Amino acid sequence: MKYRTIFDIIGPVMIGPSSSHTAGAARIGRVSRTLFGQKPEMANIYFYGSFAKTYKGHGTDVAIVGGILDFDTSDIRITKSIEIAKQEGIKTYFHEEEAITDHPNTAKIVLQKGNDRLELVGISIGGGKIEIIELNGFQLRLSGNHPAILVVHNDRYGVIAGVSNILAKHEINIGHMEVSRKERGKEALMVIEVDQNVEGPLLTELEALANITKVTKIHD
Amino acid sequence: MFKNVAELIELAETEEKSISQVMIDQEIEVTGRSREEIVNQMMRNLNVMKEAVERGITEKVRSVSGLTGGDAVLLQEYIKKGQFLSSETVLDAVSKAVATNEVNAAMGTICATPTAGSAGVVPGVLFGIANKLKPTDEQMVDYLFVAGAFGFVVANNASISGAAGGCQAEVGSATGMAAAALVELAGGTPSQSAEAMAIALKNMLGLVCDPVAGLVEVPCVKRNAIGASIAIVAADMALAGITSRIPCDEVIDAMYKIGQTMPEALRETAQGGLAATPTGRELEAKIFGLSLDKK
Repeated sequence: MKYRTIFDIIGPVMIGPSSSHTAGAARIGRVSRTLFGQKPEMANIYFYGSFAKTYKGHGTDVAIVGGILDFDTSDIRITKSIEIAKQEGIKTYFHEEEAITDHPNTAKIVLQKGNDRLELVGISIGGGKIEIIELNGFQLRLSGNHPAILVVHNDRYGVIAGVSNILAKHEINIGHMEVSRKERGKEALMVIEVDQNVEGPLLTELEALANITKVTKIHD
Repeated sequence: MFKNVAELIELAETEEKSISQVMIDQEIEVTGRSREEIVNQMMRNLNVMKEAVERGITEKVRSVSGLTGGDAVLLQEYIKKGQFLSSETVLDAVSKAVATNEVNAAMGTICATPTAGSAGVVPGVLFGIANKLKPTDEQMVDYLFVAGAFGFVVANNASISGAAGGCQAEVGSATGMAAAALVELAGGTPSQSAEAMAIALKNMLGLVCDPVAGLVEVPCVKRNAIGASIAIVAADMALAGITSRIPCDEVIDAMYKIGQTMPEALRETAQGGLAATPTGRELEAKIFGLSLDKK
């Protein structure tokens, strides 16, 4: 089932005009901000396909920047987000890309602050639903509709078992999980969608495990 | 969990529940949230719809491109003159569908039903019929659960995306959802809801997605308007006891297959149909050449 809850059909509450080009874009922006975990100094936004062709008319640009400012799809400040970003000292740059992507509504966001950098590719699949398909070079499928834990780790045996043991101890159920790596034995990423929201102490506990570099979470 | 309309109707009939109750029960089961939480969220969505309708029928909103706005107010003024040809209920629903889509095009706040481009039909029919049926808030929320139940089936078995299935998947789905929901609100049976959905959607089959300049404005606003009128007439037909010779699930499946064979130029790419007419192209050049260039 692609759609799970009635609020995917009667919803979301959003600033118009397009669920895919406005609400979906805002959600992609917001996931990037959540994962970056801080206010960026610079945001480079790359539009592909239908996003590249029609972003001005749909407000895809203000929507995605609204998301980067951590605004919800229904936040009226979205319409003024580019000005607000400027006031907050965030430089925003838009790039219309020619490359053909698998999905017509694709955006890439690169956020930077000092030496911190995050690169994320998201697609907007209709009715405001999105998926994150790439994060810092890792391929993944993340809907952004469930709480999720992202674990950057070294590709070693036992690391996944360690993480799932801690989740089991806290009685947290895993709904969907993916592991990807750039090269065997090198940096890897675990994406764990869970049924319950997770608290800070649990993340600290995960981070303390051997071979784990960074743990972040996304909430519903 | 129901997978299609037939299962939805069977669940409602065997458990002697309304479709809205079946939908709420499923939502509780799938999400683990309480009935109160779910109903309250739907109430909030209802209030968003109400505010959008109010704004659109009283304020002459204008979209960023200047292509749409002000028609809902024109219709309200026309209704007040009392010289209309169809009926006050139908025209009130039409104007409230237009109001929602005009507010949407002006970057106002709306609730997608099932998408933003098709957000007018479901609330338009509800608030248009309100003067006649005088529903309580609870009944209005139930109407949205029925609309959502039918939309849920379409989204999972076919599509609610114009880029994937054309306008029939967006305004077509919304029209079927509104027709089915109106039947329950008017006191019809679950199977009459399914008949209304089938009758409404049959008359939306083949509708292409050809927005001028790729914007959710022309012809989207007026398609929501006429979608609202079709929904009310389809509900009336089903309540009169008329049935669809082709079952609702097969109509949904036909819609899906038509969408798959629709040329890409007619699926939200602004390459064909009304978007490719001389006037459509002229408007596109004007919009992207001037007013919307923010840089």
